Formats: sequence, structure tokens, C-alpha cells
Amino acid sequence: MSAIPPFLQVENLARAYPSPTGGEAITVFDHVNFHIHKGEFICVTGHSGCGKSTILNILAGLDAATTGNVFMDGREVAGPSLDRGVIFQSHALMPWLSVLENVSFAVKSRWASWNKQKVRDHAMRYIELVGLMGAEHKKPSQLSGGMKQRVGIARAFSIEPKMLLMDEPFGALDALTRGVIQDELLKICAETQQTVFMITHDVDEAILLSDKIMLMSNGPHARIAEIVNNGLPRPRERSAIHKQPHYYPIRNHLVDFLVSRSKQFGALRDAPDAPSSPTVFDPADLLVPEPPVVHTPPVGKPHIHLVNA
Amino acid sequence: MKTRLSLSQKASLLSLGLFALILLVWYLATLPDARVAAVNVDPEYAALMGGGAASSASSFPTPLAMAQTMWERLSDPFYDNGPNDKGIGIQLAYSLARVLGGFFLAAAVAIPLGFAIGNSRVFYQALNPYVQLLKPISPLAWMPLALYTIKDASASAIFVIFICSLWPMLINTAHGVANVRRDWLDVARTLEVNPLRKAFRVILPAAAPTILTGMRISMGIAWLVIVAAEMLVGGTGIGYFVWNEWNNLSITNVLFAILMIGVVGMALDSIFGVLSKRVAYQE
Repeated sequence: MSAIPPFLQVENLARAYPSPTGGEAITVFDHVNFHIHKGEFICVTGHSGCGKSTILNILAGLDAATTGNVFMDGREVAGPSLDRGVIFQSHALMPWLSVLENVSFAVKSRWASWNKQKVRDHAMRYIELVGLMGAEHKKPSQLSGGMKQRVGIARAFSIEPKMLLMDEPFGALDALTRGVIQDELLKICAETQQTVFMITHDVDEAILLSDKIMLMSNGPHARIAEIVNNGLPRPRERSAIHKQPHYYPIRNHLVDFLVSRSKQFGALRDAPDAPSSPTVFDPADLLVPEPPVVHTPPVGKPHIHLVNA
Repeated sequence: MKTRLSLSQKASLLSLGLFALILLVWYLATLPDARVAAVNVDPEYAALMGGGAASSASSFPTPLAMAQTMWERLSDPFYDNGPNDKGIGIQLAYSLARVLGGFFLAAAVAIPLGFAIGNSRVFYQALNPYVQLLKPISPLAWMPLALYTIKDASASAIFVIFICSLWPMLINTAHGVANVRRDWLDVARTLEVNPLRKAFRVILPAAAPTILTGMRISMGIAWLVIVAAEMLVGGTGIGYFVWNEWNNLSITNVLFAILMIGVVGMALDSIFGVLSKRVAYQE
């Protein structure tokens, strides 16, 4: 295991902002250490203000850490790069360009020497992948929220980045649309073996998509408090995943963390600056054998809950 | 007969009605009133003016006389009988050439400079005092300085247009560029887009509606200022024409010129209206 150096290595990351009142700088998070292997899907969750988005922006190269380092593929991350695709929560499409032009803009940025036809064909492949064939000449303002986010996904995948960063990509979508796009993302990631770092507030989304879930404690002095190994077998089906024996133990663990345990860390500790290492929760270690499928949710009651801050 | 009229049909009808009303009031106001005139005019003055004084009410043209003048002038707009008698088309062409010359010179300076100011806080803070100081100066105040340094009347008029078109374009470009949404710039950064491509493919289209608004305001001001500038520098142009006809006491020609200034101004503005629609985008 330790023979292969991890694909992405984050060492002792911290970010402080100058205090608005001019006093001591406020440390949002510190002593953040983690690594991601190639092909892994990592979800990060935690309450607002714990610095999740800041970590993502540092990984993207859009923000700089106060201390600490990020290495990807053996090289230090310093500034944005085409190796890391970003899917923004606000989709960030350029409204004056059509769907095809938005994706082509990214493709042309990646492969500047390609001719028009090649750029177009490549862009169309990814537009087709997210199911937007026929809408390629529409402007973003003519698309629904879900379709806009699909364009964002197509754009990010089209540059074939080594790693994909997603900041609550589906946070602004309704539950139904979100489900459909999650399924598509699952399919695309399985096909492309994409390495993904994703921020989410949705516990069910994290369980459906991830290999590992990192739980962040509340800021200031937030850090990664726990790591949950999500070993639910793939391919996963949204309609059947809750019947997996380990589904509810994981889900309960996550919800318990967000509701109560997340507060026990951070600035409330005796020594807020002291380094600490995350505890690892693996449902496979649970000794109690799960009883065969007992959790059939009552008909008509939605079993997707949002746990929001 | 209960056909419902659309909104624009109603508006056109009302417009036509107003036009008819204006014509009627105009007609009534310029009716020759010989009785009153004959009573009030000093006979010696009347003799001096050769009958002109008695019909003083009619030196303001009647709608019919106005229409006649318009027809004559518009049917032969490009005649040239020497410096004091040129067709309206020639005069307007002189004015338009000066306005466009000054305007495009200003655009060539204001848009790149606005980009720089909008992109850089340092530039913004360094240049802001100059802009704030120079912006409120009436463009005509520059005229003596322009005449003194340039020593050419026509070029001075162009300079005055340049100065008055500069500020709205500069300020709007800087504002538009500074307020490009962060998300779009972040997209460009993560895609490692080079600065030139970023300027032309991201910032320019994002700021285009604001820049065009600035250009539209500039063009409006330029067309206002050219009339006054040409009254000062003289020689050619619609402003000179107005002043010349005033000296000739030809109110008909002055009125006609006023109308033409309005028509051309409206046409210039609607060109920018079309361009604005072209670059507009909906978020």
C-alpha cells in the first residue's frame, strides 16, 4: 500500500484570514493532512464555515494556503492548472456562448493546436455524454438549472483532467434533478476512472458516490476529524443502495457526526492548535452482523434527506 | 366595429394626434393678424422696414412655409454655392465627419485605458483623481487651448469631440471590466487561458454591454457638443449653419436645422441601440 506514493498529498494545510477588527488572524482550519489515490472518489462534508470550499480552492490553485503544501503527481500545486478540472456550484457558464461554445472554449484551451472540427467533435462527445445532444446551440439562459450543471460537468470532463474538483455541484438543484445527475456522474466516473474531490452537504449523495468520506469539524481551527471508508460495492444503484447492510451504519455515523460530534473539535478543544489525526471509521470493522434487510422505508415517504448546515 | 387595437397601434394613433395638435397650434399662432399689426406699428418704422415690420408675426414661419422650405432643402441636399451657401447634406456630413473622427479617436484611447484601469487597482487609484478632475470640465472650455496649440479650427472641433466622448467610455469600460463575474475569471484561470485570449474571449464579451452603454452616452454628448463647437469655429457644419441662418434672420432655416439635428441624433442613437442588443446576454 505504502509502496505507491499517493496521487494527491496534502500536508499540514492551514488557512488564516486577517481579523476584520484588526486583532489576531482567524485560523479557519489547520493541520489538515490527507491523501487521495488515483481513481478514488472523495467526499468532504462539514458545517458551513469549516473551510471546505477554501481547501477545494487551494487544491484548484485559485487560493493560496497560509502554511502547508499540496502535491499532485509528485509536483507541488502552485496556481491553477488544466490538470485539475473544477465544477463550480454556480455552474459558471459564460452566458454569451452556446453550450457547444462553452465546452469548446475549454477544449480549445486544453489543446490549442487542434483545428475547429477536432475541437467541435471532442466537445460534442462530452455534450452527448451528459445527455445534452440537441441542445448544443442553446444559450445557458435557455436551459434549466440541471441542464446548466450538466454543461458544467461536460466542460470539466472535456479537458480530461487528472483530477476533478467539485464544490457542492448539485446544491442548487431540486432533489429529483439531483438524483438523475448523480446517477449520470456515477456512470461517467465509472467509465473514466476519474479521481474526484467533492464537497457536499448531502449525506446520501456522499454515500452514493464516494469511496471515502472526510468529515470536517467546525471552525475556527477546523480540521479533518474523521474519515469514513465507504466500501459499499459498486456498481451502486440509487434505488437499491439503502438495502446494503452497511448503508445505515455509515449513514447514522455521518448524521451523528454532523449533529453532535462536529462541535467537540475545533476551537473548543483544550489546545486548539495541537495537531490531531482523524479517526477512521470502517463499517467492515463492525462486529455486529447486519440483520437481513429490515429497513424498508414506508411507501410514500422520501428516504433522501438533506442534512444542511 | 369593435376591433381591439394593439398597444403599438394605440401609441401610433396618439402620436399622430399629438402631431396634428402641434400643427394646429402652430398654424393658429402664425396666422397673419394685419389689424393688430397696423395699429401697433410706428408708421416711420414701417416705412423703414418696407412692410416687413407690419407682418412681424409672420417672420416665424407658418407650417406651410416650413414644409416648403424643407422640401426645397431636402430635394437638393448637396449643392455648393460657395462658403455661405451649402446644402444641408454637406453641412451634416461635415459635422458627422468631425463627430465620428473625435469619437473613434476617443474610443481608441478610452477602451484600452479603461481595460487597464478596470483590471488593476493600482491603475484605478492612480488615475481616478485625474478622471474626476477632468470629467466635469465643459468640453467647450478646451476650445481656446485647442485653437492655440493645434492652430486649426476643424481639428480643434475634433479635439473637443474627443475630449467629451472620452469620459463616459473610459468610466464605463473600467466599470464593466472591474465587475466581470469572478466565476468566469476563475474558469479562465483553471483553464490556463493566456491573458490576451482572456481579454478578448472572456472580459470583453462580459463587459461589452457596459462598454457599449458608455459609447452610446459618448455619442449622444458628442452630437450635442458639435453644434456648439461649430458655432464657435465657424466655416462648415450644421452648428455653423444654424448660426449663419440666425445672422440671416432666417428662422425657417434655423428651425429646419434644429429638426435635422434631432433626426441625425436619433439615427446615431438607434445604431447604438441595435449594437447594444447584439452584445447583450441574459444570465
